[in-house]
Amino acid sequence: MSKIRGFFVFLYDFVIGDDWRMTVAVIAGLALTALGVSRGIMLWGIVPVFVLLGLGWSLVRVVRRDRASA
Amino acid sequence: MNAGAWALVLSSFLASAVETVEAFTIVLAVGLTRGWRSTVLAVAAALTALAVLVIAVGPSLTAIPLNVLRLAVGGLLLVFGLQWLRKAILRASGYKALHDEVAIFAREAAEARAEPPADPRAFDHYAFSLAFKGVFLEGLEVVFIVLTFGAIHGSIPLAALGAAAAVVAVLVVGFIVRAPLSRVPENTLKFTVGVLLTSFGIFWGVEGAGASWPGNDAALPVIIVTSAVLSVGTASVMRQRKALVQVVAS
Repeated sequence: MSKIRGFFVFLYDFVIGDDWRMTVAVIAGLALTALGVSRGIMLWGIVPVFVLLGLGWSLVRVVRRDRASA
Repeated sequence: MNAGAWALVLSSFLASAVETVEAFTIVLAVGLTRGWRSTVLAVAAALTALAVLVIAVGPSLTAIPLNVLRLAVGGLLLVFGLQWLRKAILRASGYKALHDEVAIFAREAAEARAEPPADPRAFDHYAFSLAFKGVFLEGLEVVFIVLTFGAIHGSIPLAALGAAAAVVAVLVVGFIVRAPLSRVPENTLKFTVGVLLTSFGIFWGVEGAGASWPGNDAALPVIIVTSAVLSVGTASVMRQRKALVQVVAS
């Protein structure tokens, strides 16, 4: 059981990494783009914006944490 | 070769170079402290396992319909690339310590020395396990990039060639230097790979979701340049902010 758990922990760490928020931003951006396409709207700019927001959010959290510990 | 093929080879080469430098440090520390016999066996075993993984998974990836592949692989590349980019920005701005191969070498060597010595004629399980894990785990990231990047571009052998060239280059330099390769600009390489993976992930992910880019393939260089400029700019702003906070705190 612990080996299976260990494998999933490794997989999570390998794919998702340090901050799951970036993954959520990517999935949300791709899902909204696909939804837009299914309704005939070309939302090619959604993914870049979500990527920017996801990465930005993650970096801001690090900066805030650092400032709080300073 | 067209621009896409060059980007494919370059990304595989750079990602592989970074990971090989890291694996080389571990192997060197284990080999010098525990002996080379079991260490070399472990490296060979790990490289074989990685090659088998590419050969086994590669053909099945190329059989997936292109749009599904672009969506899945684009999304995965994007998530993976953002991890690299986030770490590179944090390191470049001083929020995360730079990768120090000399320090890692010293730590790994100290840990290997602390273990009971093995009989020089016998198989050293500790050395084998440590060197195998080091090479296999570092190599797994390269395999992931080679498979995803290669499959989507329709040329896994080309991506594998880029990765193999980096392994050979690092090993040749490592053999000449016989010390941790601390002068390799790892963070710059990671920054570049992060930008490339993120940009290709954005491009392919959007296309896989069914949308088209204005200008089609011409959008890719624009995405790469924009990602690079924004990432370097963010790192620069964060570095200045960090310095300001330190001045205020002192």
